[in-house]
Amino acid sequence: MPTDNWTDSQPIVSIKDVHKSFGDLEVLKGISFDVMKGEVVCIIGPSGSGKSTLIRCINALNDIQKGSIKVEGIEVHDKHLNKLELRKKVGMVFQQYNLFPHKTALENVMMAPIKVLKESPAEVEAKARDLIEKVRLQGKENSYPGELSGGQQQRVAIARSLAMNPDIMLFDEVTAALDPETVKEVLVTIKDLAEDGMTCMLVTHEMGFAKEIADHIYFTDRGVIVEHGPPATFFEQAKDERTKEFLSQIL
Amino acid sequence: MYKKSPIPGIQTAPSTDLPVLKPFNAVAAGSAEDLLFSRWLASTPVWMWLLLGVLILIWPGVTAAAGGYTMTQAFEALWRWLPFIMTGGFFYNVIISFFAMLLGTIFGVVLGLMQISPAKLIRIPAQIVTQIFRNSPWLVLLFIVLLALPYEIEFGDTIIRIPDWVKAVFGLCLPIMANISEVVRGAINSVPSGQWEAANSLAYTRQQTLWQIILPQCFKRMIPPWMNWYAILTMATPLCTLLGVEELITLSRQAIEAENNRPELLVPFYGFALLVFFAYCYPIARATIALERRFAVKL
Amino acid sequence: MLEAFIEFFRQLADDYPRWNFIFFHEPRQWARIVKGLQYTLVLSIACVIFSVIIGVVGAWLQSSPSKLVRHIVQGYIQFFRNTPPFVQLLFFYFALGQFTPSITGPDGWTEVPIISNVGWAIISLSFFAGAFNVEIFRSGIEAVPESTQEAAEALGFSRLQTYKEIVLPLAFRVSLPALNNNLVNLVKTTTQAIGIAVPELLYQSVSIWSDYPSAQYPTMLLLFISFIVIVGVLVLGMHRWEKAMHIPGYGA
Repeated sequence: MPTDNWTDSQPIVSIKDVHKSFGDLEVLKGISFDVMKGEVVCIIGPSGSGKSTLIRCINALNDIQKGSIKVEGIEVHDKHLNKLELRKKVGMVFQQYNLFPHKTALENVMMAPIKVLKESPAEVEAKARDLIEKVRLQGKENSYPGELSGGQQQRVAIARSLAMNPDIMLFDEVTAALDPETVKEVLVTIKDLAEDGMTCMLVTHEMGFAKEIADHIYFTDRGVIVEHGPPATFFEQAKDERTKEFLSQIL
Repeated sequence: MYKKSPIPGIQTAPSTDLPVLKPFNAVAAGSAEDLLFSRWLASTPVWMWLLLGVLILIWPGVTAAAGGYTMTQAFEALWRWLPFIMTGGFFYNVIISFFAMLLGTIFGVVLGLMQISPAKLIRIPAQIVTQIFRNSPWLVLLFIVLLALPYEIEFGDTIIRIPDWVKAVFGLCLPIMANISEVVRGAINSVPSGQWEAANSLAYTRQQTLWQIILPQCFKRMIPPWMNWYAILTMATPLCTLLGVEELITLSRQAIEAENNRPELLVPFYGFALLVFFAYCYPIARATIALERRFAVKL
Repeated sequence: MLEAFIEFFRQLADDYPRWNFIFFHEPRQWARIVKGLQYTLVLSIACVIFSVIIGVVGAWLQSSPSKLVRHIVQGYIQFFRNTPPFVQLLFFYFALGQFTPSITGPDGWTEVPIISNVGWAIISLSFFAGAFNVEIFRSGIEAVPESTQEAAEALGFSRLQTYKEIVLPLAFRVSLPALNNNLVNLVKTTTQAIGIAVPELLYQSVSIWSDYPSAQYPTMLLLFISFIVIVGVLVLGMHRWEKAMHIPGYGA
């Protein structure tokens, strides 16, 4: 695997002509773009436009039929892919949080480094406590997911991903299942991360938030990228009819 | 994501009785496990019947080599004894299950209503009785009733002998009573408390609320579990053979003995018994599930 | 102390002939009860263990890639859960028992079947309860949301690790209440082994009261209480376990 050749100056994620179908249904019809290290990218678009599928392909949760996805030079679309190596680099947060219900918040954060990376439990615990603090959940270490609100669970999920020391974080509609009053606490956590220089890719419906933190916005519809650009130009001077229509409905 | 139910307090019926994790907090739903047996029975595919039938057909052929008893002979024997086994045997399984269900339902409804009584003196004994009979082996209850009931009772001059099958009815109605009692309690508890409050605020008495508001609502919900218990009860009727009650298994045994205890007959006869129970309970299970589904939609 | 106890029941039997607690003042009858209890417990414990093993293995086989294996497991489940356990017991012992080989007994000339009636009872009842356990465990595994497994996968867990750390612990917890019910039912069903003359508690009680009609009511009482206690202990123990395994924040 050509990981050694990769340097910071190259795109950290490089997507080229990606095609993906579920049976007869083609959901991605040739998508290409690059993400640089430290960049925050938001993918927006109507439901069913393939944005979640795209982000899941980057983490090899879905495979692709054609094209290439490279993460730090590692080809994801490869039968002999070392998934563990990939997942150490890429963290993912889901819409439904997907915490492990039988483990406390702290244990959820500690589990992967101990079981997967085989790090020493004492070190992991110290790190996990820091992360819990970072997502502002001090005092909830020993609560079980069922005892936490949606927003709190989602922040634990973010801490859980961060515990693997990823270089890239993927957020798949992480606020879509939350009550309006808890959306903000999760967004603030993501913003903190972005400001720390983490490379982030977000699928989101929060346009205001996207405008605020994104370096680049991609609008997808029916499996292709219709339009993209930095937030300022994207939101103010959309050219494509579909983009305009979508934005008028959302904003 | 699971849907919030339209009526507060009522959980939308889960599609299975088996453990459900997805909506974690819906696990507590009370009557979910009532239909386990019927659901499983109803889900039996048709090929199961064929398999059983084929097994019974083939068996004597397999063993014939050793015994010198041909397959045709074995089936002729079964055919010869069939009317005897069915009319003198299975007929009683049905009769016993029918009356045990009838009595068990009557006692069970009373006991179930007692279980939700506001008076501790009524409620607690009813709960204890329910739990005791729910948790004791059916066979133990059968034996105890058989011994405890007298052989005959006197009405003035006339002496009436109590036939064994009547005793079996009493023995089997006890566990049914306890389980129906739980069905009734569960169904009443499944009606949202808002209904009680609404009736209260309209100045209904507790009795009026129960009979006019609550029971009409949960009556339909009790039918599927009630039928489920009938199928379980029918499956338990062969136990009566141990008490010497004439029923399917007892008569099958007698028939085999009359045919000189040929071992080749064991599989056809007992296999036939398995099939008969299967054939009787299967439609009940299907109907139970169909009814349950229909009621669930309306709710 | 013990003598006073024995004396009390002997006196009771003299004064009230219908209340002859014979097993309390006659060592031979006491031995019968103890033996019966032993058999009931052995039968219960052995069947619980084997049926759980059958359940785990069966649930695992049901996810086998081989269609044949899955069909065989399915056939097994269908057969055992849709026919009366008592008839199964008779079927196993009388119909299948004739095909198992015999060995020469210790006295040198009697033929002893390799599988005794106790053995058949354990086999038959374990398979009966095991069929239900397969279904219980399988649906427990299915109840674990796929998204939770996906999350583990995204964190770099291997398939085996996901299974061991996430799926099984959750599936087990979800299965416990149903497993609990089934095991209680199994213990109650062990009484049916009387049908093939396994000398368990019910068998011994029946033989005591047919030998000594005066001991009918006391034996009945003892039998009844014994089972209430055995089942009660099991129910309590399982409830304790369920509580200990309970995940805070989920379910009632």
